[in-house]
Amino acid sequence: MARIRLEGVTKAFGTVVAVDAVTLDIEDGEFFALLGPSGCGKTTTLRLIAGLERPTRGRIFIGERDVTELPPQARDVAMVFQDYALYPHMTVLENIGYPLKVRRYAKPEIHRRVREVAEVLQIADLLDRRPGQLSGGQQQRAAVARALVYHPQAFLFDEPLSNLDAKLRLEARSFLKHLQKSLGITTVYVTHDQAEAMALADRIGVMDQGRLLQVGTPLEIYRRPRNTFVATFIGSPPMNLLSGRLHLAESALILTDGQALSVADRVEALRQAFREGERVWLGVRPEHLALAEGPGPTHLSARVYAVEPLGVETLVTVQVDEERLTLRLSVDEPPVLREQVWVRIPLERALFFRESGELAL
Amino acid sequence: MTVIRHVLSRILFAGFAALVGAFFALPMLWLTLAPFNARGTLAVEIPRPFTLANFQAVFANAFAVRALGNSLILAGGTMLVVTLTATLAAYALSRAEVPYYDLLTYGLILFSSVVTGTAAMVPIFLLANALGLVDTYVGVIMAFTGGLLPTAIFILRDFVEGLPRSYEESAMVCGASPWRMVWDVVMPLLRPGMMVVGIWAFVQVWGAFLIPFVLLRSPARMPAAIAIYSFYTEAGTPILTLTSAYALLYALPVLALYLFVNARYGFRFFGGIKR
Repeated sequence: MARIRLEGVTKAFGTVVAVDAVTLDIEDGEFFALLGPSGCGKTTTLRLIAGLERPTRGRIFIGERDVTELPPQARDVAMVFQDYALYPHMTVLENIGYPLKVRRYAKPEIHRRVREVAEVLQIADLLDRRPGQLSGGQQQRAAVARALVYHPQAFLFDEPLSNLDAKLRLEARSFLKHLQKSLGITTVYVTHDQAEAMALADRIGVMDQGRLLQVGTPLEIYRRPRNTFVATFIGSPPMNLLSGRLHLAESALILTDGQALSVADRVEALRQAFREGERVWLGVRPEHLALAEGPGPTHLSARVYAVEPLGVETLVTVQVDEERLTLRLSVDEPPVLREQVWVRIPLERALFFRESGELAL
Repeated sequence: MTVIRHVLSRILFAGFAALVGAFFALPMLWLTLAPFNARGTLAVEIPRPFTLANFQAVFANAFAVRALGNSLILAGGTMLVVTLTATLAAYALSRAEVPYYDLLTYGLILFSSVVTGTAAMVPIFLLANALGLVDTYVGVIMAFTGGLLPTAIFILRDFVEGLPRSYEESAMVCGASPWRMVWDVVMPLLRPGMMVVGIWAFVQVWGAFLIPFVLLRSPARMPAAIAIYSFYTEAGTPILTLTSAYALLYALPVLALYLFVNARYGFRFFGGIKR
């Protein structure tokens, strides 16, 4: 169990910079998720921690040890791969016991400890089988067992749930969270699925194009995304963004289609943050939007573009000029297609981003 | 109509298949029947009278019997050296991403056909002579290895390429040293490929005549491919009864090797992992 620190870690493959000056401090016992779209450098970051890649610049610490120059064998971490990497020529028992075998444990000791973790992971009755005879969920458990069996300093997960079907994925997700919490092993978890990251992690690091954009608890990141990329990456459906120009003198935000939105409630703060006439992005979460009966200072005229009933709630997408807004409604009678509706923008909950995408208010 | 056409096409196909089968089966049949025939003949016929005297005569020829052992040493030795070195080389070449790898292998394969070919016999003999390897098993095994290695590497690289890297990476993270990883994880997964290459190398050497004929001097070290000529008459024609008996004995080890490997590991000529 240990803290993991990255200090200005950069990894370049030729001219491509996969990880760009990432500095990160993962607490002892923390469940940390690295989240981002494919190719953002999250897996490379994980491989740098594992020692499967060597950083071009920067230093990596596990516990108090500088492991930057150490090979994977000497880092005492465990990794669960996306394809699980269970050796097909070994039984489940041999697979799980392999890390102990290379550590020259005696055979009875290996058997005892494998049986112990297999009990915990409920695969004790599968130990004589080969990985090919296991289901996806069982393979995943076997891979986790192999990581668990040698009490490593940290767990590294590379999208371990992406090969499971939707139902199993939810089951495995809560199982992993429970396991991590009861063992208290520092865990770095790579995923492109924001829901997975939100559900599992104590803290999330959002990456894009090799850079770490924001680190925070799931709710921090959900409520106050640092920029429009994080805002639209987190949440399903993602945050709505409306582009407009501020007319502070008239306490109004003029949208691209000419509709004016009163920002009177927050005009003081907006004055501090923006210049008169500045272009901004207005960000609102779908669950904060509501339908209104008629026109109003914070109401927008829109036309219904799509209605998606999900049971508990209904997703209604409306079109305002060129832009679309999604509303998460729990009403019995949602509007119908192409209907003209009024959408109330709750300015007290809205976020204001600069034109460059940075969060300003 | 269609039924008749169907039946006719089946009959035609069966007839054709039988013809092709006979073409390949008749020599085999001769090889299994002729050794037990007291009369030497090129016809495929039930041995009349049936006899084991031919084998008695063959076993009485100490030179020929010993040659079978020599063949085993040469073919087995080459098989081991080629398979092991080709596996490690293919693995290294695949994982290290050598530039112009394909050009390199094709070039080597081209040259290798020269190495084991007739054209290079004189330089190979001179080289072996300079190294003091003439009339040694090692010299013959090395000459064969040099000739077979490029193709063996080429075949095996395909198997290595089919091996997901996560296996090796997972072994490393688990704490296995590079050698340990290759031994525990890579080699077992490459076994089908190693079997193919091993048998192929064995058969290549088992049937080869020229290289041992040139590089070996003393009769005590000659392999079976050369010893079979001791069952020829002074005039150079084969004594059919004895050559067929010896040929049958000569064919058995390869057959046994194939059956053993096939039963134990199964044969595959392509890469990829059966999960």
